Amino acid sequence: MPAVSKGDGMRGLAVFISDIRNCKSKEAEVKRINKELANIRSKFKGDKALDGYSKKKYVCKLLFIFLLGHDIDFGHMEAVNLLSSNKYTEKQIGYLFISVLVNSNSDLIRLINNAIKNDLASRNSTFMNLALHCIANVGSREMAEAFASEIPRILVAGDTMDSVKQSAALCLLRLNRTSPDLIPMGEWTARVVHLLNDQHLGVVTAATSLIATLAQKSPDEFKTSVSLAVARLSRIVTSASIDLQDYTYYFVAAPWLSVKLLRLLQCYPPPEDAALRSRLTECLETILNKAQEPPKSKKVQHSNAKNAVLFEAIALIIHHDSEPNLLVRACNQLGQFLQHRETNLRYLALESMCTLASSEFSHEAVKTHIETVISALKTERDVSVRQRAVDLLYAMCDRSNSKQIVAEMLSYLETADYSIREEIVLKVAILAEKYAVDYTWYVDTILNLIRIAGDYVSEEVWYRVIQIVINRDDVQGYAAKTVFEALQAPACHENLVKVGGYILGEFGNLIAGDPRSSPLVQFDLLHSKFHLCSVPTRALLLSAYIKFINLFPEVKGTIQDVLRSDSQLRNADVELQQRAVEYLRLSCIASTDILATVLEEMPPFPERESSILAKLKKKKGSSKLPDLDDSRRTVNGSSEHAEDTEAVNINVNQGPIHTSTDILNLNSTPSSGASLLVDVFSDMANPAPTEGSEDHFPRFVCKNNGVIYENQLLQIGLKSEYRQNLGRMYVFYGNKTSTQFLSFSTSVTSDIVLSSHLSVQAKPVDPLIEAGAQVQQILNIECVSDFSDAPVLNIQFRYGGTLQNIAVKLPVMLNKFFQPTEMASQDFFQRWKQLGAPQQEVQKIFKAQNQMDTDVAKAKLLGFGVALLDGVDPNPANFVGAGIIHTKTTQVGCLLRLEPNTQAQMYRLTLRTSKESVSQRLCELLSEQF
Amino acid sequence: MMQFMLLFSRQGKLRLQKWYVPLSDKEKKKITRELVQTVLARKPKMCSFLEWRDLKVVYKRYASLYFCCAIEDQDNELITLEIIHRYVELLDKYFGSVCELDIIFNFEKAYFILDEFLLGGEAQETSKKNVLKAIEQADLLQESQSEDWGSLPNEEIL
Repeated sequence: MPAVSKGDGMRGLAVFISDIRNCKSKEAEVKRINKELANIRSKFKGDKALDGYSKKKYVCKLLFIFLLGHDIDFGHMEAVNLLSSNKYTEKQIGYLFISVLVNSNSDLIRLINNAIKNDLASRNSTFMNLALHCIANVGSREMAEAFASEIPRILVAGDTMDSVKQSAALCLLRLNRTSPDLIPMGEWTARVVHLLNDQHLGVVTAATSLIATLAQKSPDEFKTSVSLAVARLSRIVTSASIDLQDYTYYFVAAPWLSVKLLRLLQCYPPPEDAALRSRLTECLETILNKAQEPPKSKKVQHSNAKNAVLFEAIALIIHHDSEPNLLVRACNQLGQFLQHRETNLRYLALESMCTLASSEFSHEAVKTHIETVISALKTERDVSVRQRAVDLLYAMCDRSNSKQIVAEMLSYLETADYSIREEIVLKVAILAEKYAVDYTWYVDTILNLIRIAGDYVSEEVWYRVIQIVINRDDVQGYAAKTVFEALQAPACHENLVKVGGYILGEFGNLIAGDPRSSPLVQFDLLHSKFHLCSVPTRALLLSAYIKFINLFPEVKGTIQDVLRSDSQLRNADVELQQRAVEYLRLSCIASTDILATVLEEMPPFPERESSILAKLKKKKGSSKLPDLDDSRRTVNGSSEHAEDTEAVNINVNQGPIHTSTDILNLNSTPSSGASLLVDVFSDMANPAPTEGSEDHFPRFVCKNNGVIYENQLLQIGLKSEYRQNLGRMYVFYGNKTSTQFLSFSTSVTSDIVLSSHLSVQAKPVDPLIEAGAQVQQILNIECVSDFSDAPVLNIQFRYGGTLQNIAVKLPVMLNKFFQPTEMASQDFFQRWKQLGAPQQEVQKIFKAQNQMDTDVAKAKLLGFGVALLDGVDPNPANFVGAGIIHTKTTQVGCLLRLEPNTQAQMYRLTLRTSKESVSQRLCELLSEQF
Repeated sequence: MMQFMLLFSRQGKLRLQKWYVPLSDKEKKKITRELVQTVLARKPKMCSFLEWRDLKVVYKRYASLYFCCAIEDQDNELITLEIIHRYVELLDKYFGSVCELDIIFNFEKAYFILDEFLLGGEAQETSKKNVLKAIEQADLLQESQSEDWGSLPNEEIL
């Protein structure tokens, strides 16, 4: 028996619980329970009417048995009877039983609803609370139907007790979650918002939860809550720690309410009203300041409550993403937590910094903590903390630190927990591809991945390395050499054999000149792995062999012998057998020309989103994946992407023999006709939505019109015209869906530096976009002085139930304010010499990313805004241009020269202007275009 | 919003379960089994948060009992940790140095206290005084009424 038994104890219940606890075995327990169930059943069925107390006691025993994990299939009726008892204690047990045991589709629901109705009407606050708790606990649709209109009335009625208001608010919240369609918005909503002003902090706490949930679904309806929430928050954070009495928790003023208010504010953009905005900023600063003060208590509760508010404030700062100062401060304060002795704080700091890394204002500040994060990866004892460190490294990665981060992740992978290896592999593969300047590094990285964690390298990863090698001829020889060397290892992972087979089959000829990797050596090396491999890999190797026959006629005989052997021609596996038979025949009867056609090198793959990224998004949920800097183009930047992968199939079909599977198909079922590498794009039909994509931005440097952004819902097109230092941009928002966009609004934001150089005025835009319709918005642009950043267009609207936020970098660049200038050769050289000071000239030598075509280059330069001057440069292959940049304050004359070197596939670009920053910026913009 | 709260012993025995989302009994049992196992396998100095399915799990051990809450992605982990602590304080104040046995023998009280503190997965009343006042009032109601049938024949022993 327990030492304490408050209220009225039920002795029979206590005895029963003791009995169960004394059972020595599971069987004994089951036996005791069955005995009890039989007893209760007989009591309930018996002729003698049970008194309320007995009923209560038996119902309580049933509840206990249920909570032990046993099924209960009777007693519901008795529990419902208890609801209508006028004794509080019986009613209470009845409600508890119903809350725990009645599922929403019970046929007793009508009886239960009846009892609830009576209690709600009783005007006894204790009974009303019991009834409201029951509705909130069960939350069924029938209850929503019955009480959806009654509860809002109770909530806002003037004479309702505070505790009932609290229950009613959360009860409504629960019903809104289960059956939102049944909760009518109405005049009560305005009155609920005013509960934020209530004197009773418990009422405010409950009401804030309700409002935050409702505001997420219909922000307009609850817009007025923003100012009230800011006011309330401000009063809390500035109050002395004892002012709030029992709502102060370990010297922290109302931490729960503060967190909820900050959550509510995250349903909205930063307040437009300047006074309100500055008041909120003050609140946030106060919270950041308080977190820095020496602790008022050594208890962990004090620090937890204080930091809970801090983290929520930081979440709001990140959500607004508009105050660079606050973002950087937040980042610094989190930085202190990275080495805190509390594991919990280290974990949360890593998590929170991940989101800070994706804000352009704080990305750099986050990067300064790289060493600490790397050491966390090495020293944290808790895998969940290490996982956060991996996430953060991924989020903070950019071109400047990619080599270090990839190297650290690779070395961590050797000892990483099995549960997170696959994810790390995907991340390394994505980063290596994204930030590869030098593709030999990329190839090395992927081969290392296979070596270290071959089992966790999914198909997407090795398909991707092959795609990239095929699309970039500058890396093919290196790739062939590297896989050849890697395959020398006595034991190598099967994934390496696949990559090796494929790459040598395509590009083995590039290393065949070296006697150490002569065709025969290559073949022997591959074939030495053959017997250890699974069927799909063997099939791939057979395809590599037939490709060898085309590349190296001298090994034809050897390979034909292999194909002819019984282990191939009579292989039990149909796919292998078919390949062996067909390849053998092909090699015997086809002429060299036909062989060369059929077995031609793979055509480049079309440029598409990396399937690895798609896989990672699927694994993590795209919302959890921070956006990486997308300004760089994907590696498939080759210009010959017009050919489709179907070319492979055509080649095979043109061959002299008919094959039911195409030549590189790894699938053993011929019906899935997709060729090996086409599979990689299977996810591409519905790409995951990317918010704030910058992909299209560079394309607008040399043109003014086109689509700047597109996802599944929305397409944004631009038309722009510029005259001297002024510009006008027409933005077209197209609704691609069959549903209206509501509360559509946009804003253009520039950081402090940019806004003093460039002003962008947006005309109002219609808040509603009908399904399939397009609306237009005009932006007026003025260039005050030269600038290098770009403004951001923020779009917000409601689609279905959810608020969509999109940020698009607007392609307003300095070169838009060019006026072309024609001049004679002699004038050009005279000015060229005048601009000869070292800081006036900027020069860049870079590799061509696209095919070097004279007409394309001319068109780009004209699109860039300069006049092309013919006959100025003695070398007719070079381009020379001139123009004037118009800004409000000044005009800057610009001369440029572009020298292509087709042999080396390089360009040299020289810019001379009277202003260093202009030369710099124009060079950056233009050099990305070739 | 909190999706559920579980109390279980070091031996993995479930002592209290509160679900704020509709789930079938089968799902509840599966989730309980999985989580109890995961949490019990963690070492003492590890952090109190873990990602689990698409939820965040926040847990803390008090003596022989684990308190374990599942919250949604945007929810605040630290404040949830203090939700747990406040609940423990409430139990402690009500029972007077609460121990696992109190919760076993008076499980219905543990539920009543929880309902006064949390409702629909959100904090309803965070003031310790106010919650305990509500519970004590209810106890008073019970005591005044229990006299009515104090004289009934004793049929406690089965």
